[in-house]
Amino acid sequence: MTRKQKKTLIRIIISAVLFASALALKLTGVLNEWICAALFVVSYLTVGYDILIKAVKGIVKGQLVDENFLMAVASAGAMALRDFAEAAAVMLFYQIGELFQSVAVGKSRRSIAALIDIRPDVANLVTGDGVTEVDPAEVEIGSSILVNPGERIPLDGVITDGSTTIDTCAVTGESVPRDGAPGDEVYSGCVNLTGAIRVRTTKGFGESTASRILELVEESGMRKSRSEALITRFARIYTPVVCILALLLASFPPIFLKLTGGDPALGTYLKRALTFLVISCPCALVISVPLTFFGGVGCASRNGILIKGSNFFEALAETKYFVFDKTGTLTEGRFRVTETEPFGGFDPADVLSLAARAEFGTRHPVGIGIREAAGVPKDDPSVSDLTEKPGFGVTATVDGMRVSVGNPKLMKAEGIEVPERGRAGETNVWVSVDGALAARIALADAVKDRAAEAIGKLRSSGVEKTYMLTGDRRETAEKVAADAGIDRVKSDLLPSDKLEEFERIKETNGSKGKYAYVGDGINDAPVLALADVGIAMGAMGTDAAIEAADVVLMDDDVMKLPLALRIARRTLAISKENIAIALLVKLVCLVLGALGFAGMWLAIFADVGVMVLAVLNSTRSMRIKG
Amino acid sequence: MTKIYNVEVDCPNCAVKMEDAVKGTPGVADAALNFMTLRLKVDFEEDADPKKVMKDALKRVRKVDSDCDIIL
Repeated sequence: MTRKQKKTLIRIIISAVLFASALALKLTGVLNEWICAALFVVSYLTVGYDILIKAVKGIVKGQLVDENFLMAVASAGAMALRDFAEAAAVMLFYQIGELFQSVAVGKSRRSIAALIDIRPDVANLVTGDGVTEVDPAEVEIGSSILVNPGERIPLDGVITDGSTTIDTCAVTGESVPRDGAPGDEVYSGCVNLTGAIRVRTTKGFGESTASRILELVEESGMRKSRSEALITRFARIYTPVVCILALLLASFPPIFLKLTGGDPALGTYLKRALTFLVISCPCALVISVPLTFFGGVGCASRNGILIKGSNFFEALAETKYFVFDKTGTLTEGRFRVTETEPFGGFDPADVLSLAARAEFGTRHPVGIGIREAAGVPKDDPSVSDLTEKPGFGVTATVDGMRVSVGNPKLMKAEGIEVPERGRAGETNVWVSVDGALAARIALADAVKDRAAEAIGKLRSSGVEKTYMLTGDRRETAEKVAADAGIDRVKSDLLPSDKLEEFERIKETNGSKGKYAYVGDGINDAPVLALADVGIAMGAMGTDAAIEAADVVLMDDDVMKLPLALRIARRTLAISKENIAIALLVKLVCLVLGALGFAGMWLAIFADVGVMVLAVLNSTRSMRIKG
Repeated sequence: MTKIYNVEVDCPNCAVKMEDAVKGTPGVADAALNFMTLRLKVDFEEDADPKKVMKDALKRVRKVDSDCDIIL
């Protein structure tokens, strides 16, 4: 509890004791009625003096209708009716409710904040004089920092020393730890698990991954969803309307009764009208929606999904058409060896190993794919005379043999004609040893393991059509689409064509349902921006993608897509529940109050109760599971 | 130009009113208050001086609810 809350609590306790003793004295009839009344008034003033002051200030400033004013009028009205106990009770319960609200909101605010708090507090700066603990914000780019096992990595950088395992869960939601060795990039917010590492920082604190993620999450509530805007607008008219109704309730029935010759029962109707005033505070309505969305944002970000605004929950929940980029989104973006066909009596494993060793220095994705398949060490002393010819391939001397690895053009340069071979979706690499054809190695950019499952899940949750846009040849594209279960393919696109193609997809399907585009955010930023929901994948460490997208998946796990959709829908459902609960309870209380079944006490309980209920219900959105 | 401020506000409805008050301040193009994070994001008009504008905004906010505060 904050100091302010504690102060309120003390006032409430004092007031409650006074109230209870006054009530006891009154019921037992020990003291004179007026002394009891005075006690009630003291209790009332103790707990409510600030409300009264604020109400007066509001009137002076011309701000008539606010909670303070309403409470002041309601309790003053009760006193005018000589019901001092009621006046004190109303004020007492109102303050208890306010305190409850402020504690509950503060608590859920803190628990959500804790959920997403991945910002590190200290960095171990390595200088000439040793290691000093400093504020990460003070560490300059290019400094060397030490990260011990169990510590959170404070700043983005590159490992210079030591190897370890890194838990990226807080950033990506991925539970399998990654290995880190010198040369690997590390991101702030991740936890260093096994070994001490030294990191050369590449970014300042404000630009580091952890800060950027937190910033996005904190700002997400500022883009308001439709339902949020709607409820705010509703709240704005709700209070005046209820006040007018209260006025009508206090005037019409007595006039009517008077005209029909009965007892006008002024006191009864005034009291009912005052009950209306108590119910007219719109706080439960106003809090229920943003709190739910904030919980949803927190839940998503813990799963490595950053949703940049409450409005995207709605857009995501209504998405009927998913358009995918191919490379790196549906496929792994890495080449893997799918087949090795030997010629001239070579053993497939041997020739693959030879090719891999010849490729040991290359950064070409195909070369990397061959190296990974053969599992050769990074450094090999038996390899010499290495030449890489861009657009052709590599040639090197391995174990005294002349090995060339490359495309048919390279083979032709060696005087070798390659046979017609190959399947759709594959890239062929040819290997020659001492001038004779030795093997064909086929590689493919494999479809992600769970791509088909993810797309199946999207479809079963109501997505109508899926598209894939790619610059690849048709056969390759169609193979990938078939493997992933994509409905339509647009192939042979230049990066600049993607935008046009996306527009065309929108035109053919009409404006019912929203369109999401899923890409890596590097060369498709315009499409990401145009889509109703632009989703960037594998975005950890790429600022451009985080900037351009509406929803950011920190790692490249496709299963996060159906999860994001689920979180969006659940969050939306919970927020609707909250609106319904709050409206319903208020309505019931208004009706009961008008008919005289509910007094001010009940009205206060209803008001506070529904508010607490809404707060509790909205925290459910923090715990949505996949 | 966009700036972000920390705010203090107790009840969600006051936050809404506070946001309106800031929005209505001359020199403010748009404003958004996040009650959950207690952050206020203000888009200033091109030639506005944020310091002066925020002083005005704070005055207007105080008028709405004396408990509200913008930490400038």
